[in-house]
Order: sequence, then structure tokens, then C-alpha cells
Amino acid sequence: MNTTPRLELQGMTKIYPSVIANDSIDLRIYPGEIHAVLGENGAGKSTLMKAIYGVVKPDRGRILWNGKPVVIQNPAHARKLGIGMVFQHFSLFETLTVTENIALAMDDSPRLEPLAERIRTVSADYGLPLDPERLVHSLSVGLRQRVEILRCLLQEPKLLIMDEPTSVLTPQAVRTMFDTLRRLAAEGCSILYISHKLDEIMELCHNATIIRGGRVTGYAKPAEESAAGLARMMIGKELPVCSQKRPQISGKTSLTVNNLSTKSADPFGTDLREISFSVSEGEIVGMAGISGNGQQELLYCLSGERLVDDENVITMYDVPVGRLNPDQRRNLGLGFVPEERLGRGAVPGMSLTENTILTAHRHGMVKNGLLRFRRAAEFTRRCITGFSVKCGSIEDPITSLSGGNMQKYITGREILQQPKLLIVSQPTWGVDIGAANVIRQAMIDLRNNGSAVLVVSEELDELFEICDRLIVIAQGRVSPSLQVRETNKEEVGLWMSGMFPGGPKEKTAHSPQEPGSHVC
Amino acid sequence: MDFAIFLKILVAAVAAGTPFVYAALGELVTEKSGVLNLGVEGMMLVGAITGFIAMAKTGSLLLAVACGMAAGALMAAIFGVLTLTLMANQVASGLALTIFGVGLSAFLGLNYTSIALPGIAKLHIPLLSDIPVLGKLLFSYDILVYGSLALFFLVSWFLYKTRAGLILRGIGEAPKSAHALGYNVIGIRYLAVLFGGAMAGLGGVYLSVAYTPVWVQGMVAGRGWVSLALVVFATWRPLRVLFGAYLFGAITIAQFHIQGLGIDIPSQLLSMLPYLATIIVLVIISRDLTAIRLNSPASLGITYHPENQ
Repeated sequence: MNTTPRLELQGMTKIYPSVIANDSIDLRIYPGEIHAVLGENGAGKSTLMKAIYGVVKPDRGRILWNGKPVVIQNPAHARKLGIGMVFQHFSLFETLTVTENIALAMDDSPRLEPLAERIRTVSADYGLPLDPERLVHSLSVGLRQRVEILRCLLQEPKLLIMDEPTSVLTPQAVRTMFDTLRRLAAEGCSILYISHKLDEIMELCHNATIIRGGRVTGYAKPAEESAAGLARMMIGKELPVCSQKRPQISGKTSLTVNNLSTKSADPFGTDLREISFSVSEGEIVGMAGISGNGQQELLYCLSGERLVDDENVITMYDVPVGRLNPDQRRNLGLGFVPEERLGRGAVPGMSLTENTILTAHRHGMVKNGLLRFRRAAEFTRRCITGFSVKCGSIEDPITSLSGGNMQKYITGREILQQPKLLIVSQPTWGVDIGAANVIRQAMIDLRNNGSAVLVVSEELDELFEICDRLIVIAQGRVSPSLQVRETNKEEVGLWMSGMFPGGPKEKTAHSPQEPGSHVC
Repeated sequence: MDFAIFLKILVAAVAAGTPFVYAALGELVTEKSGVLNLGVEGMMLVGAITGFIAMAKTGSLLLAVACGMAAGALMAAIFGVLTLTLMANQVASGLALTIFGVGLSAFLGLNYTSIALPGIAKLHIPLLSDIPVLGKLLFSYDILVYGSLALFFLVSWFLYKTRAGLILRGIGEAPKSAHALGYNVIGIRYLAVLFGGAMAGLGGVYLSVAYTPVWVQGMVAGRGWVSLALVVFATWRPLRVLFGAYLFGAITIAQFHIQGLGIDIPSQLLSMLPYLATIIVLVIISRDLTAIRLNSPASLGITYHPENQ
């Protein structure tokens, strides 16, 4: 290995008004090295990467590029040096074509036709085939990421920064991406790989820098460490585990969806096609799938934010609810956590207590039409202690909470109401590992008390940890259900790409007789 | 209706539609960058009076055009400082700009009311203008009408064939992404806003110097608002803006003729016709949801806060 690091950070510090995002971080990466930056959400990984890419200006610290100090002015400057970045939240333009998107990231205004040709060859060469004429909005999330990666590859980068790249991919697509990254590293490109997924880092990365609360807490060779050891450095304590207790399933059906088809209200959305499934008391059913495959549309129908034409298509405890609004459905015992926290999960300008009243008013917070704030405050306090929500006071506006804390509050508020049926979208999205476990445990406890739970999530690890049954959604269709202990991530991953009985790509599916495939 | 009248209506329609072509294409470029400037009416008025004064003082059309465009751009610059630098709300700022423009133009025009200008000459192109019907239809206008057509081709080419146009569309679609790629979102939006102002000003000059060459207070008479509506109902596509502008012009002229024919319809109803018909036609031809989403700038009207640096 070369002795001059390709990139060296010395004492990088970035201070925001309320928080020190990075506190004198040192990091070194050599040519051909895949280097992990490991840390929880909010540990400061993204800020650090943005500083390297010139999006954010650090307050203190030096960047050495091939041994020479540089001040990176802006992303164009970073690209000129040979730094490419694949963003966690894609920086793509939906209404433009793949070629146009890539052209926008090139500094030497290229002609579009030759560029399209180059995209075709390079993408095929790296095993990431892509049609340059397609509009980005029509691409799946995995393909969009390909656009991002290709955009970097065409610049022949010396350093590639990947910010949480696998959170949107099926396990199979993760394999393909790892192969591409290993090949790039073999060609001498350095890769900074940002993630909080321990297994991926142990499989892929040569070295790791671990960050907690904006500071470096350790350097490690992931292949020589145990997951528990890395986790300890990352979260500062042992990795908590959920206690699973097998419940007695009473078998009473809480929610049935029977042949639901709708056209999406969003022209770029997904139409739902003949969706049928059910959730019973005492079980957690997980809905796996890559986002944008109809989850949003389905959740709108289940919550009552969108009504369906035939009320019998959706029933809760044998009551047809297809024409009932969200409030009426909540009166039947529904708890609901939407994926958008602000706007649908909580009202931005209102305090925590007021937001509590919005859905929990059924629990003795209203008397003779007047609000009983003492009860609401009591409930809110139970919620913030039970789910370790960090906030100034319960009278603070909900927007003063960080994303993860808001998620804990909203999920906690719904779970504490002990709903008979809980529907949750992305319950632990953006929540740190410790708090994620509190939320998961609360859902398990809810199930053990006889409630039915439907969890919609992209995180397969999470679904496998807490669910009893899994269903998969792909291109607006829902698969038959799988018992969690009889399936594995590979199979669910294939189903996520539509290869399930009755799925959009059924014909390419392997036969259901194969081991590990038990349709029930 | 005999053919001569029909031809006359068509020719008059092109002239009547020209102020909309200028103002709406300018606003289209502004909106494509993600900025909604509701001050078109005010910018047109200030452009109209400035151009009128320049024409009255010097008699130079070139100077009138330059002054009108500069005045429109200056108005737009005020809007730009408010919304792009100070990050004020675009809708409120735009409305305020219109109200300001109405007052300012009335003030500037105090000493110019009821002065008539000679107007500007129709361009006579040898041979072409003499072709019987076609010559009248295509080659009997003044230079500003041809200028508006040139603007149409320029804007279409710029937006869809040049890199700068691609960047502009990208910024209107996803300013955060554009920023992450290193584009100067605020700077480019300033340019788009200034261009929109200059074109609105030019539309105003056409009204006060060529179309009805007198200064009357408030003479833009809602044309700025119609231009704004045209951009939206044409789903941000230049060709449809052009079509909408001429359609509006044609119906305006046609209803005058109908009134002249003495048909027994209240004139107030006929005056509503251009607004109603243009919007209905454009809504009907543009109701494809996907096409709307593909052409409308996703960040329109939303203040962009650059990332904390």
C-alpha cells in the first residue's frame, strides 16, 4: 500500500448553533482502501462527508489531499480533485432523463448524444446496466442509485464517498454493488463507506473509523472485530436485544384487505393491484418492500386518509371500514404511525401536549367538550420517559425535536394508547439503536397483550427480528405470506424484486419447492 | 363573416397577443427556475410608462425598448432582493410588487396622460409583404411583433437545447440537488427573475408605444395577470404559451367585431369571453397529469434556504 494517504483529515470540527456535529475528527484513507465510517444516526458522519465534498465548510481542521493541504471550496472543486459522492438522499432531478442528470454533474459541458453512449458502455462494463434515455422518476430506487454511482464513475474518481448506500437496496442488489465497489478499489480508487450496518462493514471494509456524538471513539479492522465489539464502540454500551416471548395467537382477525385495487393520486405513484392480506390478534405482520412500490398508497387506504369505493374491501374486526374516515377508524381501535412525521404524524406548530391530544383525546382528555390538559400532560410525560424522547419541555413545539426524537414520540404516543390494531410505517427510521430497541420491544409487548400489529419497513433486519409473518409488496402487488422462521433474507429479497407467486415478475421466480420457501 | 374580416381579425390578434408573448415567456423562464413572481402586472406598467417617456422625449424606439426593459428588470431586482436574498414569501412579495408598480407608473406618468405618440411603423419587406393573403398575414407587422417571435424561438432553444437551460430546469426541479452538485441556486434564480422582469417591461413598452400609443393610467389592464395564468395553463411549455397568447388575442378582437355587428349579447358577457375561452381551451389540452408533473417546476414558489455553511 502506498505510504501517502490519499486523503487525511486533521482535527475536523464543525459547530452548528445547537450542536457540535464534528469535534476534531482525524481520519486517513489510502489508495485502494475501502474505509468505513461507522456511527449511529446523528453521530456526525454525513456532516463530515459533506465537508470533504465541499458542501459544508468546516470551522476548524485541515484536509490533506495526496499529502498536500487543500481547502475544498465547493462540490465542483471536490470533483476536480477527483472526489465523487453518492448521497443518501439522492440528488437527482426527477423530471430529467438519466443522461441529463449525469450531464448536470459534469463540469465540462458534454454533448448529450456521446454522453448517452458513454453511459451505456460504462454502465454495462461495471455490471450496472442503465438506459440513458429513461426519465428518472420512472426508475426504481435501486436504479436511481445506479444513476448516482454512474455519475461518479464517469468522472473517474480517486475517492468515492458512499453515504448509507444500501438502505434502499434488496440483499441481491447489495451483492452487485459490493462487487462494483471491490472492483473499483482494486483499480486504485479509495472508498469511504458510511453506514451503521455492522454486517456490511465487516464484509466489505478494510478499515473503520468509528464516530459517536461527533467524536472519534475508535479505529478498527472490521474483519478482525466482532459485531458486538464494533457496536460497543459505536453506541458506547452493549448492543441491546429484544426479548421475544411467543404469544398465544387467539386467531381472531383484526384487519382484512380483500382484493384492493386503486389508481394512485400521484401521477408518479404506484397503482395498487388486487391486494389481499390479513392481520390477526397476537401477531406482528411485516410488510417488506423497497419504498415506492405502493406502500404509501396502501397506507393511505388503511388509515382512512383515502377512502376506497367499496367499503367491504377493508374490514377491521369484521366492520367494513372502507368508507370510514381516520377518526372513525381510530374509534374502532386503530393506531397509526405514518411515514411522514411532520404534517401527517404531528402538527408542526403545536406543542407535544397538544399533539398528544390530537390522537389520544379518546383516553379521558376531553370532558364536556373541554380539554383536560393535566391528563394530556400526564400522558405526554409517560410517553417521553417511556420512549426516552429528548426534549426541553412538553410545552415546546414538536419541531424543536430532532427527527429521531420526533419518531420516538409519535410511535410512543400511538403505542401507549394500547390500540387493538397498530399500523406503523418505518417505526425506527432515523432512530438510534438504543431507542429503536425500545420501540421494537414496545411493539412486541403490544402483540403479547393480544393486539395486532402491521409494520411496513424497508429494513429487513428489523422485520426479521420482530415479525411473526412477512408479506412483500412489489409494484403495487402483495405476495402471499411467509412465516418468518421458515424463510430467509435471500428469499424475501427476491420477492422484493417482484419474483413471488402472483407477483409482477413471477415467471423468473425459482420454484417454490426450493428449501426455505414455504408459502403459507 | 367574409374572408377579409377574418383576415383582419387574425392580423389584429397577433398584435393583441404580443404583449402576452413577451410577459408570459419571461415569467415562464422565471418560474422554470422555481420562482413565482406575481408582480408581472406591476413590472409591465412600469415598463410601459418608462418606455413611453423615453419614446416621447427622444423618439427612439431602441431607447424606449432599452428603458422599458431596464425598468422591468429593476422592478424584478427589488423582488429578487426580497425573496432570494432576504427570503421573504414569494406570493406576498409579488403582490406587493404589482401594487407598487401600479402606483409608481401612475406617478411617473402624471405629465404624460393623453399625449399621443405616432406609433411605430409596420415593417415592409419587399416582395414578401406584397404577396396577396399570406403577405398580409405573415409580413405586415412592426418589429416588436417579430421580436416576440424571436423570443419564443430563443426561449425554447435555451430551455431544451442548451446546458444553461438544463441547469435552470434542474434548479427549478430540485434546488437542493443542484446545490449539492455545486450550482449557485440563488445566483441563477436572480438571472431568471431579472430576465422575467425585462420581458414584462418589454411587453409593457409594446402596449404603450406600439399597440395603443398613448399613456393611460393602468393601461396594462390585467394583461399581467393573464400572462401569469397563461404560463400555468400552458403547463410551462413555450409553444402552448404562444398559442394561448394568440388565442386570447384572437378572441379579444373577435368579440369587438361581434359587438360591432350588433348581435344582442350584453357586451359585458362578450368581454369575459377571452378569459374564459383561453383558460378552458388550455385546461382541456393540458390535462394529462404526468405531462403537468414533467413540465411544472417542482420547487415553484418555495423559498430556498441554502444549507448552513
